[in-house]
Amino acid sequence: MRQRRRQGPSLAAATLAILRKDLRLELRTLETLTATLIFTTATFVVFHFALDRDELVGDLAAGVFWVTILFASALTINRLLANERSQGGYESLLLAPIDRNAILLAKMMFLFLALCVLEIFAFAVFTLLLLGPNPTTEMLALIPICVLANIGLATIGTLVSGIATDTTARELLVPLMTLPLFIPVLIGAAEATSSLFEAAPLIVDLGRWLSLIALYDAVFVLIAYAIFEYVVGD
Amino acid sequence: MSAPIAITASKLTRFYGNRAALDEVSFEIRAGETLVVFGANGAGKSTLLRILATLIRQHDGSLTVLGEQLPKDGWAVRGRVGLIGHESLVYRDLTARENLRFIARIHNMPLDDVDPMLERVELDSRADEPVRNFSKGMMQRLSTARALLPQPELLLLDEPRANLDPGAAMLLEPFIGAARHRTRVIVTHDIDYGLEQADIALGLKHGRAEWIEPADHVGADDARRLYK
Repeated sequence: MRQRRRQGPSLAAATLAILRKDLRLELRTLETLTATLIFTTATFVVFHFALDRDELVGDLAAGVFWVTILFASALTINRLLANERSQGGYESLLLAPIDRNAILLAKMMFLFLALCVLEIFAFAVFTLLLLGPNPTTEMLALIPICVLANIGLATIGTLVSGIATDTTARELLVPLMTLPLFIPVLIGAAEATSSLFEAAPLIVDLGRWLSLIALYDAVFVLIAYAIFEYVVGD
Repeated sequence: MSAPIAITASKLTRFYGNRAALDEVSFEIRAGETLVVFGANGAGKSTLLRILATLIRQHDGSLTVLGEQLPKDGWAVRGRVGLIGHESLVYRDLTARENLRFIARIHNMPLDDVDPMLERVELDSRADEPVRNFSKGMMQRLSTARALLPQPELLLLDEPRANLDPGAAMLLEPFIGAARHRTRVIVTHDIDYGLEQADIALGLKHGRAEWIEPADHVGADDARRLYK
């Protein structure tokens, strides 16, 4: 009884279908985006009072910026696959004749886009509240840093979200697993950013730190692609 | 010539922790036949459906569904099996139409099939409302449309008439009722309905098969004993 094996959609078609559905859901509810943007603003305000400074420069500015992004991203990661369950459609996704890496790729792309929106917003608020130097053209070098950092955060985040989604301690497990795995990305991104946030912004050692993040991204993309099928399976 | 075998389960076993939710259950059904599974809550009925749907794996025993070995070739069975269960498996913040269009995309079905399906389950007038506003009966109709849109060869039905008023039950009967090319596994507590639908009846108790018989060899009293 093997005669009728229906061809499922291609990996690209399935990925785009899931991504489109996720974006539609997020734009309709704005649950995750609103929470992360409020969290980011609140964290900068807390740093403003805790450090008792009006302006931050250099290492400290870069550290505060990236630590805030990392913590805010944990909020999105927490809900990434759990949202599928709470919305109710997760098992219909698992019943479909799709390569399950389509789920991985769609969630990674969704998280990547969410992080881009978060970083644009965070940079604007950070500039208003804490950043010492005025924005300069050198700061455009933040774009490749954010792109590479986001690939790493999105890959690790999706993998951890898949592992944690069926556990009862998901909200505890996600930050416990993601934050240590994020450290190399944090180091690379903060080091690459620190000279951009100096009083006289400069581009120093950018290639070296971008290479570190890119290498780390590549390792996790391969790991995620190899094991995601088992992560979302039983 | 008899119909090909649709499902062969041999000593199917699944544990949750140390408890065997399904304990060496064996059966065989042919294409176009209906297996009805009876048993009290916790007897292993839903576990059996979830294994057949490839959502979970058996821990022991062998299983062939639609000619493919599970769990190894689960990917080849997905899309050929429709599951209608306690949960509607639709996205609450999407509309009925958006949900079915999404299902069509991930099953590689033409989007043109969506509107006729909405009409057939009489949801076309509410197709653009978020489904979180739907009643339980409407959700069940949408869930049926979701499961049937990809034209599955095997239907797995967990209390398919729960939440349905008599009118809605009659409306869905042509979709989920017996048909020559439709193989079904039905889990139900409704003994009369189950025996009426069944070609083969399976009685489960504490995860073990108490009996597996042609339906005309099983009486309502046999099924009722499972609940004592």
